[in-house]
Amino acid sequence: MVKSSKTRTGSRKPVAKPAGNNRQDHLWSLGPPVEILRPDGRTVAKEEPDIAADDLLKMYRWMVNGRVFDERALKLQRQGRLGTYAPLSGQEAAQVGSAYALEQRDWLFPSFREHLALAVRGQSWSGILLYHGGSEEGGRVPEGINNFTPSIPIATQILHAVGVAWAAKLRGDPIVTLVYFGDGGTSEGDFHEGMNFAGVFQTPTIFFCQNNQYAISLPRARQTRAETLAQKAIAYGFEGVQVDGNDLLAVYQTTRQAMEKARQGGGPTLIEALTYRLGPHTTADDPTRYRQDEELQHWQERDPLIRMRLYLERRGDWDEARETALWEEAKADIAQSVTAYEQAPARDVEEIFKYTYAEMPWNLQEQLADLRAYLQESGGQLPE
Amino acid sequence: MAHLNLVQAVNQALLTEMARDERVLVLGEDVGLDGGVFRATEGLYEKFGPQRAIDTPLAEAGIVGTAIGMAVYGLRPVCELQFDGFMLPAFDQILSHASRLRGRSRGRFQVPLVIRAPYGGGIRALEHHSESPEQFYVHIPGLKVVIPATPADAKGLLISAIRDPDPVVFLEPKRLYRAFRQEVPEGDHAIPLGQARVARAGRDVTLIGWGAQVHTALQAAELLAAQEGISVEVLDLRTLSPLDLETISQSVEKTGRVVIAQEAPRSFGFSSELTALITERLFLHLEGPVVRVTGFDTAMPYFSLEQYYLPDVGRVARGVRQTLSA
Repeated sequence: MVKSSKTRTGSRKPVAKPAGNNRQDHLWSLGPPVEILRPDGRTVAKEEPDIAADDLLKMYRWMVNGRVFDERALKLQRQGRLGTYAPLSGQEAAQVGSAYALEQRDWLFPSFREHLALAVRGQSWSGILLYHGGSEEGGRVPEGINNFTPSIPIATQILHAVGVAWAAKLRGDPIVTLVYFGDGGTSEGDFHEGMNFAGVFQTPTIFFCQNNQYAISLPRARQTRAETLAQKAIAYGFEGVQVDGNDLLAVYQTTRQAMEKARQGGGPTLIEALTYRLGPHTTADDPTRYRQDEELQHWQERDPLIRMRLYLERRGDWDEARETALWEEAKADIAQSVTAYEQAPARDVEEIFKYTYAEMPWNLQEQLADLRAYLQESGGQLPE
Repeated sequence: MAHLNLVQAVNQALLTEMARDERVLVLGEDVGLDGGVFRATEGLYEKFGPQRAIDTPLAEAGIVGTAIGMAVYGLRPVCELQFDGFMLPAFDQILSHASRLRGRSRGRFQVPLVIRAPYGGGIRALEHHSESPEQFYVHIPGLKVVIPATPADAKGLLISAIRDPDPVVFLEPKRLYRAFRQEVPEGDHAIPLGQARVARAGRDVTLIGWGAQVHTALQAAELLAAQEGISVEVLDLRTLSPLDLETISQSVEKTGRVVIAQEAPRSFGFSSELTALITERLFLHLEGPVVRVTGFDTAMPYFSLEQYYLPDVGRVARGVRQTLSA
């Protein structure tokens, strides 16, 4: 707590302190990042984390599926079979640990890289491919899955997550919302306004920052002078915590704690998951222009999949045969999803107009009719 | 019937809908305890409490962005943005999300949201307090834009806007807030969106306006009838998007001459689109070019010169004479 010594000594004017002070003993210094697993798969503490073996295996399965999907999606894009795609490799633990921690009734708000988080919550891989294949149908989240559609403008979805949490609180529904954004997103005004509203109205919101170290080319240090992103929560009057984002168990446990706190009326939490994007920002990006090989290698050694596999092996829950079988199974599943995606029915041009309003107004009806007339004149298709 | 001015009618609409539907709530800056800077939300805090008449932090993107989430979750939020010139921080949320979520989610998520704001000049206010930004919003697919010109319409249109399944920008001509009173039906009084009103019937010229310009147009029509025997039909658009082209067509087919009066800057605005539509569809009925009487392609001047910027009775009447002499 800030000591109000100035008030006690009778000084009325606030005393301005020099800016840019880089001391390490700030009032707002947080503890070290939460860690449960070391990169070698050993636990930091002596005791085992209290997570059921079944959950551990399911989460690991999701991580492998995410990696397989990501590699396949990249190839599809290179082959011209998919549009621009934002790869997630390296961020599997951050996404699976957080999404798996939520309950079905909770709401999840992705930005544009959270394909794996969406899948963990029940969306199909083929639907996710469809979205990147240029069809709005891929954004149609099935009823019963409380995932929001992706938001591409940076940090804008943060306000929606706060709004849903706020509405649920007003209605007395005990749900929690979790919103993803990146390190770059914390520089946006919507991040500030969302955090501020959440603090003022104590909404049950988890702000989940995947700090993957870069916003396209710009390193984290150029987004803010602050030592951590997690400490920003303190300015809004709630808890911020850093977690090793490549440590599945630490992410899962920290998210569970934030979720339980929010559900019990304890308000929002900011979680900063320290992770790394192993691939490019999107398929249109060349990271060799701004990243060093040594850095990439450093993070490859901290691959969240390797860490989890070593942990499971050490526990006696895993072996080479199971590992091979899991990858084969994942590859077959993803291959099936690719087939389903590529067999999606052709779309009618009415799809352009249909969901603009609840009811199509005259101008849209007229424009659709005109487009149909044009297509009919040219034999049902756009002229070559 | 109650004898109300426009801001009281807005207040009545909010009271009516909040009493009828517990999902309706208002949020914005100073809308709770203070009752809003124009008193549009007066009494709501006392009647419905701080959870339905919500004072928010001073952040327009925050207000609209969180209200989008509320609307998606099933509430019916009505945001108040304090002045026309302060709507812009929320523009990204309106354009990129409120208007597009239905399409992006193929109908899974909808945003039944109303964004109210006082707009327009003529009250001798500070800079950024007298803007006419309707052209920005009519350009956005997925959004509806409503502008009442009378107390009875303000109530009826706001009630319909709140019940509408799509996001609505509801601009209130602040010059008219306390300009006059009118009988306003009590209780449930809904006027459908998308229907223009013939404010005065006439034969010679169709004069189209919205918001405060409707009254300038009516005065000009009165003057021209009394002094020059010109019969002007005045249309009050009420809803700019979606536009009631049918009422416009019926009038123009009858008169063959059109004048459009708008407060906003002249070029690339709503009057430009109206002119294009009329020219495309009613060309053979026209007996002369469409005349526009507008603000200028400048910033809204500070109030010592605003009376020259806003189309007044004389300038609108001059526009009518111009189209008749063409």
